[in-house]
Amino acid sequence: MAEYQQVVEVERICTRFGALSVHEDVSLSVRQGEIFALVGGSGCGKSTLLREIILLQKPLSGSIRVFGQEVLGLDDEAALPLRRRWGVMFERGALFSSLTVLENVGLPLREHTGLNDELIDELAALKIALTGLPASAGAKYPNELSGGMRKRAALARALALEPELVFLDEPTAGLDPLSASGFDELVKNLKESLGLTIMMVTHDLDLLWRVADRVAVLGENRVLGIGTMDELAQAEHPIIREYFYGARGRAAREQAWKQK
Amino acid sequence: MTNQSHQGGITVDGAEGLILCEGDWALPHASRLKQVIDAQRWPGGRNFLLDCSRVEAMDTAGAWLLYHLQREVERGGSRLTMQGLHPRFAALLAMVAARAEDTAVLQPVQYGMLERLGRRSARHAGQVSMMLAFIGEAALSALRTIRQPSRLRLRPVLHNIQGAGFEALPIVGLLSFLMGVVVSYQGAEQLARYGASIFVADLVGLSMLREMAPLLTAIIVAGRSGSAFTAQIGTMKVTEEVDAMRTIGIAPMDFLVLPKILALVIAVPLLTVYADILGIVGGMVMAKTQLGINFEDFADRLDDAVRLPSYLVGIGKSLVFAVIVGIVGCFQGFQVGGSADSVGRQTTISVVQAIFLVIVVDAVFSVIFSWLKI
Repeated sequence: MAEYQQVVEVERICTRFGALSVHEDVSLSVRQGEIFALVGGSGCGKSTLLREIILLQKPLSGSIRVFGQEVLGLDDEAALPLRRRWGVMFERGALFSSLTVLENVGLPLREHTGLNDELIDELAALKIALTGLPASAGAKYPNELSGGMRKRAALARALALEPELVFLDEPTAGLDPLSASGFDELVKNLKESLGLTIMMVTHDLDLLWRVADRVAVLGENRVLGIGTMDELAQAEHPIIREYFYGARGRAAREQAWKQK
Repeated sequence: MTNQSHQGGITVDGAEGLILCEGDWALPHASRLKQVIDAQRWPGGRNFLLDCSRVEAMDTAGAWLLYHLQREVERGGSRLTMQGLHPRFAALLAMVAARAEDTAVLQPVQYGMLERLGRRSARHAGQVSMMLAFIGEAALSALRTIRQPSRLRLRPVLHNIQGAGFEALPIVGLLSFLMGVVVSYQGAEQLARYGASIFVADLVGLSMLREMAPLLTAIIVAGRSGSAFTAQIGTMKVTEEVDAMRTIGIAPMDFLVLPKILALVIAVPLLTVYADILGIVGGMVMAKTQLGINFEDFADRLDDAVRLPSYLVGIGKSLVFAVIVGIVGCFQGFQVGGSADSVGRQTTISVVQAIFLVIVVDAVFSVIFSWLKI
């Protein structure tokens, strides 16, 4: 397996919805083995960029390479080998409501590997346990779970095929602070033990300070700043300063300092 | 049992008590590794040495299998010493082992036949009482609106009349025309045999006005609009819009249900009149081509054969059908619980139940009318 220095490379992406311009000349790259976060105000195109990388949406122009391969213009068949190497966790979980959690997590394995049912169920149960859910959750249907449990189940499904790259869309949105900090730990742990590269979209400043290796701030249709949290905290740009030095930003930073 | 490099492999030397793991212990090879582990018999009272120094890659599936191997050996009653596992893989194995206690493959509870039957019956009984409660609530809401007409939301009523009534005109018209053609055709041959061809007007007139037109209209409306009501209210329930409405202080009954039922009560009788007319036109066309009865004679005979009560019976029935379709459609919408799956299920139930009730009530009407000799 070749080593990729850059797992995701986004170059000069422009996106427009009708007359509304979302991205103009957005470029960034995610390195192997890091936790990369995409932040920015609501409606600045974070999720759109994520959806473009995972081939759910097409930008107007530009280039996106994942694992060194150009993904724009790939059809579903050509994209399948790539899709099997990444996992996606959607903001609201997007678990299939007609399947139990265990079946949800086992579904990618059933579709894309030749494993027998027994091993699939075991591996799915293991993934469920790894994300910190009790075993009893496996037999439940998604609508019987709380929001936090649904997120964990969604993460378990994203990890089912042993991906090298995981995309998380708002992993902690809608979680209580306790579950959210549990999620921080989980993401960090999984990254360290599985050697994952993680790209996430988030608003959660605590999560940023605790787990993100590098952060890109999106705003005004472009990348305003990119770097570690400490580097960004030095940045001059007013939007970035507002983001990190607003009341919530300061509190999260102090919290992070105390924990270090 | 040696494999070429990179493929995950496991070699067991029983005599030496040596287990050699090598290559990629990863998902693509999981199936084979598991087979090898499970095919092996692990004798008790031995000391096995597990050499993992040649494992090149490991993911959670691989770690799970290694854990499985450890457990199998130890369950056989032997001791296992592991050596040479890369620290990163060891950490992964430790994480898997720590969580392994919590893994269990559980399926949702499956009930026995008797219990399923019981639960089903209880659910149906519950549905009946809930339906009655729903009807009561709708009636109360209607009474409130009558006492205070400004409560009525005119816009959704008009919107629903357009959707359920006006937009249904082509399909209702076409089908009732065809129904008139069919009835006339079936009757024509029999009547001609007795030289009573002109009575085809009685046949078409009475059957269309009293039975066919109201029934046909109600069934089409149940399929077109009853299902739409269920799907709309059901989706709003899934997305918590119904709850939001309650918290804002708008009664879903007033906002969602009453306008729909009222719209049907207005639109369905009108559609029925329209169906009456096109059904008879269909009959006339067929009578002319099949029996050579011209339109004037047909209309003359129709005037004698069909009295006002027959016409009113049909319209009256259609009014009741409208209420049934509206109530079932809205009620089933509120029965949706939580998932996208459930919307589809309740929509099907809504249509089937509405058509079923319409036909049952139609039969009851027939019995009552024959007693009353209308």
